Amino acid sequence: MNNLFLIAYLDLKESIRAKWFLVYSLVFGGMIALFFIAGVTESQVMGFSGLSRLLLMYIQVTIVILPIFILITTVRSISGDRDNHILEYMLSFPISLKQYYWGKIIGRFITVYLPVVFAMVVAVVYGFMKGASIPWDIFFLYTGLLFALSSAFLGIAFFVSSFVKSSEVALGIAFFIWIALLAFIDIALISLMMQQRMDEQLIIFIAMANPMEIFRVAAISLFDPELTVMGPVAFYILDLMSQSAFVLLSIAYPVLLGLVFAFFGFKIFKKKDLV
Amino acid sequence: MIKTTNLTKKFGAHVSLDSVNIEFNKNESIALMGANGAGKTTLIRSILGYYHPTSGGVSINGLDPIKERVKVLENISFVPQLPPPIKLSIAELMQYISVSAHVDTELITHYANEMKLDIKANLNKSFFKLSGGMKQKLLIAISLAKKSNIIIYDEPTANLDPKARDDFYRLLKQNEDEKVLLFVTHRLEEVKDLVNRQVYMDLGKIVSDERVGS
Repeated sequence: MNNLFLIAYLDLKESIRAKWFLVYSLVFGGMIALFFIAGVTESQVMGFSGLSRLLLMYIQVTIVILPIFILITTVRSISGDRDNHILEYMLSFPISLKQYYWGKIIGRFITVYLPVVFAMVVAVVYGFMKGASIPWDIFFLYTGLLFALSSAFLGIAFFVSSFVKSSEVALGIAFFIWIALLAFIDIALISLMMQQRMDEQLIIFIAMANPMEIFRVAAISLFDPELTVMGPVAFYILDLMSQSAFVLLSIAYPVLLGLVFAFFGFKIFKKKDLV
Repeated sequence: MIKTTNLTKKFGAHVSLDSVNIEFNKNESIALMGANGAGKTTLIRSILGYYHPTSGGVSINGLDPIKERVKVLENISFVPQLPPPIKLSIAELMQYISVSAHVDTELITHYANEMKLDIKANLNKSFFKLSGGMKQKLLIAISLAKKSNIIIYDEPTANLDPKARDDFYRLLKQNEDEKVLLFVTHRLEEVKDLVNRQVYMDLGKIVSDERVGS
């Protein structure tokens, strides 16, 4: 077995046994179960019903909790190993830093991505058994969006993990990033900029640079291709590109962002003292 | 085999290694001693390629341990002072070592048996759930099974009972030929019979380096 996949495989096995993974899987699986129990598929809001309505709710909750889950469970990946001297021992074997770092990322990506997609698959299978029609376009879009969102935050988490010495500081930074992207950029900064009558295109550009925001807009774009619920902002986006181009961008951009952060994280990991 | 040239390592304003020049050659068993903060661990970590020197350098068989870490580490076995809380099972840890360093797992089992550690009964147990002594025995077994030219032990007997120490010394005696054995220790009496060189460090410098009969 190649060292890269060995690291990924062992990290995956270790993560699956960890308590956080159990909680993580239960949260996403439980959320789907709760939606079914609460009869979300039977309800109708803004014209969305059945599985589409359930997936819409799932994705809305996921936008908020997936990033923080990924950040807090991953940000300690390397810094935690450094903290408790695991890195010192494991890297005394002839494994290149490249294999170790990217192997960890692959292993952790599978760990965080599979439960969220699996919960969606369970929802679709259960919905199908109950006779609901399956919104495949939405299912595949969300699979792609979740892939992109997971990539972005995994990259950011590994970037932080590569330079932070203590895992407590890493946790603090992770929480700050989440709050900043979830609330600060969306509510505080954007409102402030609007109040100051700054250029709308600049405001929208900053908002769309936030992977959580682009995820949110792309998630509703399938239900509402004209993005009417967003008001005038939709004009700026859809004037600039078609709806399908926007969907592609909303997947490609977070993946690229994650890769860029992960790459810089690796550069720092390689340049700094390892322990 | 190991050569440091004007090796200096600073952490902020603190000088941990101050222009250290030293060579360790094959068939040498060295006790590396000194008070806490003398720079022993920094020297070991520099040899292992964990630290980027502030100035000067380290060479292992002519190779830079940072730039050529994979080649360098193929020839080094290392046992840390405190076994880390690795969450992998013993079987997984052995798989990691077997794949990454091409170590025969049967040989690890053999040396573990010699250290009176029954690996087969604990294969699915998480490494960190083993007792301190069991962890140390396993790490020692791995270090010997790796068949490296350079073996570095940082206080290797800290968690071992007297019987296990005797087993450890016996196995080392059988495996010391053509190797560099480097012991970081505070208790010279424990490795006195094994070493033929004693190096003392203080404030980041080598203050004494003497050959002794082993």
